[in-house]
Amino acid sequence: MTTMTDPHQGSFRLSMLIYDSRYRSMTIQIVALIGFLTLIGWLISNTAQNLITLGKEPSFGFMLEPAGYDINQRLLDYDSQDSHLRAALIGLLNTLLVAVMGCLAATVIGVVVGVLRLSKNWIVSRLMAVYVEGFRNVPVLLWIVFAMAILIETLPPPNAFRGENPEATMKLGETVAVTNRGIYIPEPLFSRGIGDAHVFGDTSLRFDVSLDLIALASVFIAGLLISGLINRRANATQNATGVRPTVWYWRLAVVVLPTAILLWVLGCHMGYPELKGFNFKGGTHMRNSLIALWAALSLYTAAFIAEIVRAGILAVSKGQTEAANALGIRPNKTMSLVVLPQALRVIIPPLISNYLNLTKNSSLAIAVGYMDITGTLGGITLNQTGRELETLLMLMLCYLIISLTISGVMNWYNESVKLKER
Amino acid sequence: MKKTVFLGALTVAGLAAGASAAATLDDVKARGKLNCGVTTGLVGFAAPDANGHWDGFDVGVCRAVAAAVLGDAEAVEFVPTTGKTRFTALASGEIDMLARNTTWTLSRDVDLKFTFVGVNYYDGQGFMVPKGLGVSSAKELDGATVCIQTGTTTELNLADFFRANNMSYEPVPIETNAEAQQQYLAGACDVYTTDASGLAATRATFEAPADHVLLPEIISKEPLGPLVRHGDNEWGDVVRWTLNALISAEELGITSANIGELGAAAGDNPEVNRILGTEGNLGEMLGLDAGWAKAAIMAGGNYGELFEKNIGENTPIALSRGLNAQWQDGGLIYSPPFR
Repeated sequence: MTTMTDPHQGSFRLSMLIYDSRYRSMTIQIVALIGFLTLIGWLISNTAQNLITLGKEPSFGFMLEPAGYDINQRLLDYDSQDSHLRAALIGLLNTLLVAVMGCLAATVIGVVVGVLRLSKNWIVSRLMAVYVEGFRNVPVLLWIVFAMAILIETLPPPNAFRGENPEATMKLGETVAVTNRGIYIPEPLFSRGIGDAHVFGDTSLRFDVSLDLIALASVFIAGLLISGLINRRANATQNATGVRPTVWYWRLAVVVLPTAILLWVLGCHMGYPELKGFNFKGGTHMRNSLIALWAALSLYTAAFIAEIVRAGILAVSKGQTEAANALGIRPNKTMSLVVLPQALRVIIPPLISNYLNLTKNSSLAIAVGYMDITGTLGGITLNQTGRELETLLMLMLCYLIISLTISGVMNWYNESVKLKER
Repeated sequence: MKKTVFLGALTVAGLAAGASAAATLDDVKARGKLNCGVTTGLVGFAAPDANGHWDGFDVGVCRAVAAAVLGDAEAVEFVPTTGKTRFTALASGEIDMLARNTTWTLSRDVDLKFTFVGVNYYDGQGFMVPKGLGVSSAKELDGATVCIQTGTTTELNLADFFRANNMSYEPVPIETNAEAQQQYLAGACDVYTTDASGLAATRATFEAPADHVLLPEIISKEPLGPLVRHGDNEWGDVVRWTLNALISAEELGITSANIGELGAAAGDNPEVNRILGTEGNLGEMLGLDAGWAKAAIMAGGNYGELFEKNIGENTPIALSRGLNAQWQDGGLIYSPPFR
């Protein structure tokens, strides 16, 4: 009997890798891993070999050649003689712009709709249900094209603003022009500005930083810090003497006055859009394509976020609300101070994946002619250079990096709000 | 495991595409159908009619090749391609030839590895504007919003033209001709630019074509022609000489009306006899049967007939022959001899 329970002593034999259950699973995993890696290696070498046979060795040198095409919406300076790399960067910034604007708008709409859907008001909650079901059950591409079609077909062309009795007029005291090519809004200009700082010289990654804005931001933030200091002193005085000194005008003054003085020194004025030639000139031009894409992506993703928020709120035990009510806390305070903070723990993880979805869905931009990175690097550059493999690899890498960054940031936020277990 | 199967399938697909690069002629014969890449719809050049039957000037080339190779002008699978997808479709072997008003350029020929077998339409990039805009020259377009199909040579020409004339513009990139038309008609762009023939074709579909004008400037050379992949010269020859047969047929007066008579027996003109296979063995050299060119011409008529029927002056598109007249008439259309 003792020989049966004795653990296997002595020599290790190769056959034990298969017949001994202690080693078998590891053997299988290692064999599978080797097979998998071999397959991947073979695929890569096969692709490279075939491309070389076709006379198209993978190379990224084309990225530094002149792009030759123009891009309408550019956040940095760019012209058709800049490199493909620069064009890709302009596209990347456009992608990031619509992704950030989309995530912000989707979160705001989503939270409001999610809360309203739980409202006791029958009409409000039904309306929100219709919105949610309507948006999330239709492909986002259709919403994007639909939004664009509405903008193009219903708004007046710039032509309509011309003449003695124009068919269309500018809105908000002649400052905003709403046309079917986009919305032109006034922009702040500095007549005595201190110029821009050029970063990275003449390379493809160059960009300008407005010193005016930096000066304004630093003065404003300094004002806020001083205001906080005054508040702390007021608190200290109150704690010590029981009388709170009236400081609100001081706090307002240190924030507003220096900023206002700096604005005056820099000669800040508004530049208004004006009809000149074919189009409105001056002001900031928010293109149709951006508005349509932004609206469609935000409304679509907001429908999903609304459901996540609703689920999060319902996950908070009813006892919490009742306890808050028993303490006499008002319903809206209960929501913001008791329910939502606890619901966040349930909301954040699925919210991350919706942010990722929105960012990746922004690659549908070409449907409305928005020049995001798929439109520049993965569209025109791919087409003009014929480098499918290289451009698509770079494109995938860009989206991977954006997505991992979003998840990284949101996971860090999740860490900070999740239940602290001690 | 699922991943492995997927990757395996990918590889097999890749290998299949690679293998088909070799003998396209045999593949087409074995398949019994020609896969021909055309536009997603440009009236006069390639567009399906109400019954789904493809028709047009480029379609005529596809049908002629199908008739020459397979003896049946209907044995064509038309694959609609956009400016962006066309080259990938051809390079991957999804289509055997591309007849989609594609401009012959050095980089497409050399860098993208395609063989342009000839030119079936000499074109140039033009501008279309609404008459109400009061513009009479492209030089007056400073600051205009321009609709443009993305992924085409027109995009680069446009950038060059405005840069050379020191003017600014706002490009509105668009995927297909239909979308461009919608944006242009709604006034979301002032100008629509593409090949002049495409503009004429697009204008013909408008409710009020007379309200739109083509500006006189032609800002580029756009020789449009059918193309095939590099590396299969036999197949390239078949497509090239089918196109040449259509052109020579017009030059020599072979039309769909008299071809039955001319092809029945050897006549007085030796070149007509060689084309129609009543003399010599040109078909055999190409790996086709003797009646290949006869079948190609019978598919839709000779070059001139195709032109007149689809885009000529009596059609709504109303293009004059211009550069596309035969060389004897002062045009550029010229076929090497059949000998």
